Amino acid sequence: MRSLIDILELTTDEINELLDVANDIIDNPSKYSEKCHGKKLATLFFEPSTRTRLSFEAAMYELGGNVLGFSEAQSSSSAKGESVSDTIRTVSCYADIIAMRHPKEGAPYVATMKSRVPIINAGDGGHNHPTQTLTDLLTIKREKGRLNGFTIGFCGDLKFGRTVHSLISALSRYENIKMVLISPDELKVPEYVKEEILDKKGIEYREVTTLDEVMGELDILYMTRVQKERFFNEADYLRLKDTYILTPEKLNSAKSDLAILHPLPRVNEISVAVDDDPRAKYFDQVLNGKYVRMALIMKLLEVR
Amino acid sequence: MILSPIDNGIVLDHIKPGNGFEIYNTLKLSELNCQVALILNAQSIKMGRKDIIKIAEPIDLDLDVIGYIDPGVTVNFVKDGKVVKRMHLEAPELVKDVIKCKNPRCITSTEQELRHIFKLTDREKGVYRCMYCESKAK
Repeated sequence: MRSLIDILELTTDEINELLDVANDIIDNPSKYSEKCHGKKLATLFFEPSTRTRLSFEAAMYELGGNVLGFSEAQSSSSAKGESVSDTIRTVSCYADIIAMRHPKEGAPYVATMKSRVPIINAGDGGHNHPTQTLTDLLTIKREKGRLNGFTIGFCGDLKFGRTVHSLISALSRYENIKMVLISPDELKVPEYVKEEILDKKGIEYREVTTLDEVMGELDILYMTRVQKERFFNEADYLRLKDTYILTPEKLNSAKSDLAILHPLPRVNEISVAVDDDPRAKYFDQVLNGKYVRMALIMKLLEVR
Repeated sequence: MILSPIDNGIVLDHIKPGNGFEIYNTLKLSELNCQVALILNAQSIKMGRKDIIKIAEPIDLDLDVIGYIDPGVTVNFVKDGKVVKRMHLEAPELVKDVIKCKNPRCITSTEQELRHIFKLTDREKGVYRCMYCESKAK
């Protein structure tokens, strides 16, 4: 029985296989419509989510399965003080597979120690979010036709953004990828990501503070939200916040085949005027998330 | 300063100066009923200065704890006045319930029954990370 807690638990061959299945689902959805007939997915969301929970549920329904679960901790026995271990022991008696999101880092790992069924980490605090990374990889693969030989810019909050750290570590296993890390000094990629991933794997990267200076080099732009609460003083936030808002004007110097990604939700870091630009791929990314989760559910349930 | 050798027991040698007290406290050696000597800043040809701990009973020691605190320690097992076994410790792969995760967002901060387990992720730099949240041990 396998679970998925961290994207690095999957080999690159397994990731490629999942992306191939996801692409096949997109091309032939009816072929998969009964693959999980009679199976139940439990979605245990101890903190709110729109896309991740709904995409897991939609994925299971499209595979012909059923869904049970809760969307906030208050509507579970967790509100009465029940431990994660006990909740998982209970739910794994009812479901065939569990997708869980929890504000505490490492909670899904604890779940794997107690569960009778596979666990999928749907986000644990600022730690891991492997299905978002699979979503990002599928989007890159569909837009570029490959997972190597490109320059990707990560922009915004690179310090606390778990999706950025996971994607950096997943991409570090592919060849000939250059990374440009675009952020204010206050929100730079943590040292351990640089030392333990980028330096160890010999990835070519550089850090810059403005988007304009690198826009023309990028094949992929991965935007994230700069959150006001991360700054120590409001003056710094006000000084920096507009630097990282993507507008149609800023895209003037970008390549014509740039792919703009964002894990969403966005607040104001991508102007809505960019949504109509053919290079904006963040809503395609949302759709891809459902397909790659379908592929993952099938893999972990060992359904062929 | 002269300390007589022990007939039976364990000698922890080549402890980095300053680590002797931490090993003594972490292993709760003050709670033993036998004689225990903690020698600080002893002269050493190899290290200049070192700490030494002598325990005058053949007790069970958690060598992983000692290896975590100071991977350079030599453990001498003494029987009838002779060293019958000598071990050069290394940093252990896992350390259980020795250090606590300081990350307030870690699941161990709320689920009290969980063991605090740290994994060695960089032997060269001696970096340990929490098994659950991967925060670096401090």
